[in-house]
Amino acid sequence: MEKPNKSYIDSLCRGDKAFEDRLLTVIRTEFPSEKKVYYDALEIKDYKEIAEAVHKLKHKISILGLEKGYELAAEYENNILDKDFTLSQSFEEILDSMTEYLKTI
Amino acid sequence: MKCIIIDDEATARLIISKYCSDMKGLNVLEEFSNAIDAMKYLNQHTVDLIFLDIHMPGFNGIDFIQTIKNPPNVILTTSDPNFAIEAFEYECIVDYLIKPINEERFIKAINKASNKVSVAQKKADTSKKESTEDVLYVNIDRRLIKIDMPSIYLVEAKGDYIMIKTESKNYIVHSTLKKIEEKLPDHTFLKVHRSYVINISKIIDIEDNCVLIKKDIIPVSRSNRPILMKRLNLL
Repeated sequence: MEKPNKSYIDSLCRGDKAFEDRLLTVIRTEFPSEKKVYYDALEIKDYKEIAEAVHKLKHKISILGLEKGYELAAEYENNILDKDFTLSQSFEEILDSMTEYLKTI
Repeated sequence: MKCIIIDDEATARLIISKYCSDMKGLNVLEEFSNAIDAMKYLNQHTVDLIFLDIHMPGFNGIDFIQTIKNPPNVILTTSDPNFAIEAFEYECIVDYLIKPINEERFIKAINKASNKVSVAQKKADTSKKESTEDVLYVNIDRRLIKIDMPSIYLVEAKGDYIMIKTESKNYIVHSTLKKIEEKLPDHTFLKVHRSYVINISKIIDIEDNCVLIKKDIIPVSRSNRPILMKRLNLL
């Protein structure tokens, strides 16, 4: 399975440690709340809200260098409005791997 | 360029703001997490460029563009490449950036915006200059009266005075034909006789040594006739 990485963050920060810390702080704050919006919407089966939550999470997925994960999320987002949740488990595994990765950096 | 960033995602705002701070000539005035607050800001401030996220809850980027009067240049930011086609339906949209934004693409978009801003600036400068150049103020009864030069069709010498005839009104001014001739643009006005300066674009016809302008028949002196003929677009 594809692993999250810092390649995009490194190219953006170019050694600016202060900015990197600031960016990671914002991501660490924002990501859990975006995840919560997703799971909450999933619970009440608000399809529009679920799709929007996935859409927003796509940016974080790409920031953490998950190119295949991004493609999967994009496909999942499109499927949600057709009430197709076959990709939900793979998508949630991506979220889990990101959660774990953010604890390590 | 003065810019603002509108994105409901703090991470996206921070990344765009970082790219802006790395570029010369870009000044981020404000950041907004929603379009409504940005609209309030734009009612009181002028900006050259907006980084606008399309996908925002409630009031999205496209709603925003459709709502504001005279939108400034906009660079759309989106995680959805499918919006690219819709993006160029609006004249104000200079470019769109797919998230995560990379530096090379960001610079390209800024260059596009910067070119558009400088072209608009040049246009504004030219029209400002033209509007000043097209106007003549004359002193009549201690009042300075503004006359639109393109509306003048004839100036006639009358002793110590000149009569300026325009489309709507005639003015008698204490001046000389020589003085007003210096103020009128060469490419439009020509002295055809020692007592007359005419607006060439207003000529109706020319017969022998006379021109018809409006209802006035104006004599053309023998020495000025060749110059007049040269200035006409003859078939």
